[in-house]
Amino acid sequence: MSKYPLVLFQNRQPNRIATLDEYRQSSGYQALEDFIGKRPPGEVTARIGEAGLRGRGGAGFPAAKKWLAVPADGAFPRYLAVNADEMEPGTFKDRMLIHADPHLIIEGMILAGYAFAASKAFIFVRPSYESSAVILETELEHARHAGYLGRNILGSEFSFDISVHRSGGRYICGEGTALLNALMGKRPNPTKPPPYPTLKGLWDRPTVVNNIETLANIPHILRNGAEWFKRLALSREGMGTKLYCVSGRVNNPGCFELPIGIRLSEIIDEFAGGLPAGSEFKACLPGGASTRYLTREHYDVEMDFDTLAAVGNRLGTAAIMVFDRKTCLVATTLNLLQFFARESCGWCTPCREGLPYIRDLLWRIEYGEGREEFIPMIREMCKFSWNSYCALAPGATSPVESLLTYFEDEVREHISQRKCPYNAH
Amino acid sequence: MLPDELKKLLSERIASAEDPREQAVDAMFELQSYYGYMSDEAMTEASGLLGMTPLELEELATFYDHIYREPVGRYVIHVCDSAICWMHDHLSVVDHIRSQLNVEVGGTTADGLFTLLPVCCIGYCDRAPAMTINRRVFGRLTPEKIDRILTRLKDQAQFAETE
Repeated sequence: MSKYPLVLFQNRQPNRIATLDEYRQSSGYQALEDFIGKRPPGEVTARIGEAGLRGRGGAGFPAAKKWLAVPADGAFPRYLAVNADEMEPGTFKDRMLIHADPHLIIEGMILAGYAFAASKAFIFVRPSYESSAVILETELEHARHAGYLGRNILGSEFSFDISVHRSGGRYICGEGTALLNALMGKRPNPTKPPPYPTLKGLWDRPTVVNNIETLANIPHILRNGAEWFKRLALSREGMGTKLYCVSGRVNNPGCFELPIGIRLSEIIDEFAGGLPAGSEFKACLPGGASTRYLTREHYDVEMDFDTLAAVGNRLGTAAIMVFDRKTCLVATTLNLLQFFARESCGWCTPCREGLPYIRDLLWRIEYGEGREEFIPMIREMCKFSWNSYCALAPGATSPVESLLTYFEDEVREHISQRKCPYNAH
Repeated sequence: MLPDELKKLLSERIASAEDPREQAVDAMFELQSYYGYMSDEAMTEASGLLGMTPLELEELATFYDHIYREPVGRYVIHVCDSAICWMHDHLSVVDHIRSQLNVEVGGTTADGLFTLLPVCCIGYCDRAPAMTINRRVFGRLTPEKIDRILTRLKDQAQFAETE
């Protein structure tokens, strides 16, 4: 058992979801009963703002601020687009959350919709999460029967419904603007704001895109207050808990709910069971594939948005991918670039052309055809990634740039030995 | 020709959506399971139902991993090849399936039962190496487990044929 309080996972059980009744017994739908039609929508936003809830999807944007970006006199209908696409390598927290406590997400969605007067929400689910989509559809039906969802919720003036939208499956759909294009049945290219989706999103109407983990925090904050939420965190500036996914070279990979600000070393050594015997920590990606390698030097870093920024990294999705000393990081980075190059939507040049170029240079280095001049070439190509429309390419080059920052010797060794020192291929 | 029942179901869904195009992927999934893949005929039917031009629909059909514009087997195996599955030797999974089914990556078995494709991270990094078959996930794969899965699917297909 964790020594830290469980909030989002408090109803989590092995191999089954928490039912509507079980969710109710844990004070579920209490916030909905207290707020919908009884208190002004602005109070939901104010409470979430006081608690300082930041987006859990990767960017960490304050949730209340996003809702407030919908103008008071903005058009109707308004939409909530819920991101359960979760295709960042290493990340599987949204799946865990849906399979643990679907009504927590549903209640969070309804309250978010109430906050900015939305009438409809779409949960965007990737194809490999078909079982999650089925769970959500079933539980949404139960919520409708209970009067929590649909027309005049709990006898109030507020009507709101949620539907599950199945994706055809591509990484780029997790990018906010691409997700909206995908929902509208358009080719999911990202678009560069302005106009921001909060002004002109789905069908040119105000739309907020929230991650499901962000939404799952809302009922808890409304019930327990901002101070309680802040006390959950271990870091001074932090708030709440976080779902950390740990994978790679650890004994006990999984998704753990732990405080924001907990030390990375504690997550890996205590909760993920440490590295297997004979393996030694070399580096990790602390927040999914589009963050930078984090080395032994920062093994005790506090896992929070600002503390990771202070060491030049990002919390991202808090998906910690652990690599040991026997793992070749050139080959790892090559694999990551293969992913990003394939998943580029192809819309803009730095990403469409740049990523395969970097991938090919890494491939040559890994397979013994590398040359010294490739290193400055890769560095320069990485800089160009910032000229692209969305965050895919800069994310893709994060591991590459940090490979050259922290492991340039390893890269050079590949070049001088004309082979991968870790693998005979 | 689409059966009337399926056509009616799709028309109703499309009519009740915020906008017909929102149903594009759902409609393609349905047609795909009827036709086996998004054939030219399926594309024509879908674009008619959705009020999209065939080109607009083509932009989507060719974009998504799980929409197949070419014939595929009854079971489409997607083996994850992203970082964590790669670390857990996803290549051994691919090689085992290749040899057991006598199929290359990108190909379909002679009996039309299986297609083998790569896929990017499917979000089962805690159960690597992993794969999906017709959107169902299988993790912590070993040669024995893969054999059991493939045998079960072959039996299922045979059962469906004889029924």
